[in-house]
Amino acid sequence: MTASTLARPAARPADLKPTVRFRTERRSPLATGVLLLGAVYCLLPVVWVLVAATKNSAELFSTFTFAPSTHLWSNIQELSAYRGGLFWRWMANTALYAGVGGLLSVTVSAMAGYGLAKFQFVGKKATFNIILAGVLVPGVILAIPQYLLLAEVGLTNTYWSVLLPSVISPYGIYLARIYAAASVPDDVIEAARTDGAKEWRIFTQIATPMMIPGLVTVFLFQFVAIWNNFMLPYIMLGDDKLFPITVGLSGLLNQGATQPAMYTAVITGALLSILPLVALFLTLQRYWQVDLAAGAVKA
Amino acid sequence: MTTVAPPTDVTRAPRTAARNRRRTGRFAPYVYLAPAMTLFTLFLALPIAYAVYLSLRATKVSGLGLGAGAKTEVWAGFDNYARALSDPDFIASVVRVGLYGLLLVPTMLGLALVFALLLDARRTGAKSFSRVSIFLPYAVPAVIASLLWGFLYLPRVSPFYYVFDLIGWDAPQILSSQLVIFAIANIGLWGGVGFNMIVIYTALKAIPSELYEAARLDGASELQVAWRVKVPIVTPSLILTFLFSMIATLQVFAEPMTLRPLTNTISTTWSPLMKVYRDAFVRDDIYSAAATSVIIALATFVLSFGFLRLVQRRAFSQENS
Repeated sequence: MTASTLARPAARPADLKPTVRFRTERRSPLATGVLLLGAVYCLLPVVWVLVAATKNSAELFSTFTFAPSTHLWSNIQELSAYRGGLFWRWMANTALYAGVGGLLSVTVSAMAGYGLAKFQFVGKKATFNIILAGVLVPGVILAIPQYLLLAEVGLTNTYWSVLLPSVISPYGIYLARIYAAASVPDDVIEAARTDGAKEWRIFTQIATPMMIPGLVTVFLFQFVAIWNNFMLPYIMLGDDKLFPITVGLSGLLNQGATQPAMYTAVITGALLSILPLVALFLTLQRYWQVDLAAGAVKA
Repeated sequence: MTTVAPPTDVTRAPRTAARNRRRTGRFAPYVYLAPAMTLFTLFLALPIAYAVYLSLRATKVSGLGLGAGAKTEVWAGFDNYARALSDPDFIASVVRVGLYGLLLVPTMLGLALVFALLLDARRTGAKSFSRVSIFLPYAVPAVIASLLWGFLYLPRVSPFYYVFDLIGWDAPQILSSQLVIFAIANIGLWGGVGFNMIVIYTALKAIPSELYEAARLDGASELQVAWRVKVPIVTPSLILTFLFSMIATLQVFAEPMTLRPLTNTISTTWSPLMKVYRDAFVRDDIYSAAATSVIIALATFVLSFGFLRLVQRRAFSQENS
């Protein structure tokens, strides 16, 4: 604090570049410490699961929590052998729900967002307001009536029952509209029309590539949202071969309450299930520029 | 609402383009919106309408309740609502989740703001490591997060209890009936703080640096710049993160459901949604579940819009300038 009051504007050369600051180099240990404390808190359960997955069930309850052991591989083998590889089926199901669901969702959102951002039409304002209201609808409240309606047409306990409701995302449409408005210039669309390009071609070949960075963010949002969604698959699915990983592991934990030997399987499963997501997340980190407020302003 | 493509720019375009637009552009927007609106109708609007319809119905059992025709659906008016609103289990779950929200939301947003400001401050070290670490829990589904913390709460497995043991203190029973709400709020905090931090941090990054350069040159300390310049500018982001956190709080379901096998202190009606689930699938009373759902949805709307109205001037006066 004292450093900043010492340097008066008059004492500094006027042509000093704003990025060069002689007094910024000193680190504040307090600020850094607080931030690191937050990092430790957030990493703690992740480090714990890494260590715990290396223990067999006896060690889990007897050795020090953060003392690693050597049973990771045998734990993975045991988990893989559980009911003929059911765990890996859950992983594949999750990839299907989140991957295919996310892709379909981003396609639908991109089309709707582009339509809302780049066209004048009757009912535009009403359509947008309806979608905006949809953002505030508590998604999981819908789960029970969705279940009952899908039961009517015999789709419950199928892949469709989890996939279809995940495709519509008012928030995704809202984001896509913002990205389309911000990244696709009207002039470009006009020019393409003048050159005689068809509307659909303009959308797929010109507008979509311009929207890609934004659409990656929409995809990631949807992917994580579907991967996270617990209530919908929990309600829709009865057959454990269709479960996503979250519902599967929560079922395993339920069994663990009566037979603690299952705990090792649950812990190993938890570790294996977060690895792909963490990897995806670290690779695509730069797309996470979440500007909710800018969106709100454009609305 | 800003219109993105003002109709005036037609005049700038060549005449053929204007004609093209009029001819091809007429149906195009509806084609783009068709898949979204179809799915919106089927999976949002229709379920909402159906829930409202069901909430006004009931089954009437005639005779002994046996046989196909013994149970008929009848109009029930607002009976289900009256029943839901006077149900002590429901009231208890609402009070519990209210308390949970009071614990979670201010803590989560306060920490998110502090971390975002620290990431944006010039004298903080270890920034990219901390940013990634704090954001990482966002990649962990609520069920898995609850499972991990659940084990960390279990006395026989937890490092906390191990440490308490070593110093010979009695560790608090975090899964006991008094503390379990903190245990669940902690999972919400762990999962949510990083996401909110990124939202606020993104808003901070968007501030042109000249804006607080001036304050710095006038001799304002980093703390003053943060509090007087940065916080007011990110207020719209804070309002939205608050709104989304509030909506998420009302819907808490996965965390308490996952922790249930580890303790007997979480009832089947711990949160309002758990009660909805129990009514619909354990008790087979979809009418009551529908009424409770509608009440929760209405409460969400009233709270969201009430809150937005309350802060509207503040939120948008910043941006329209």
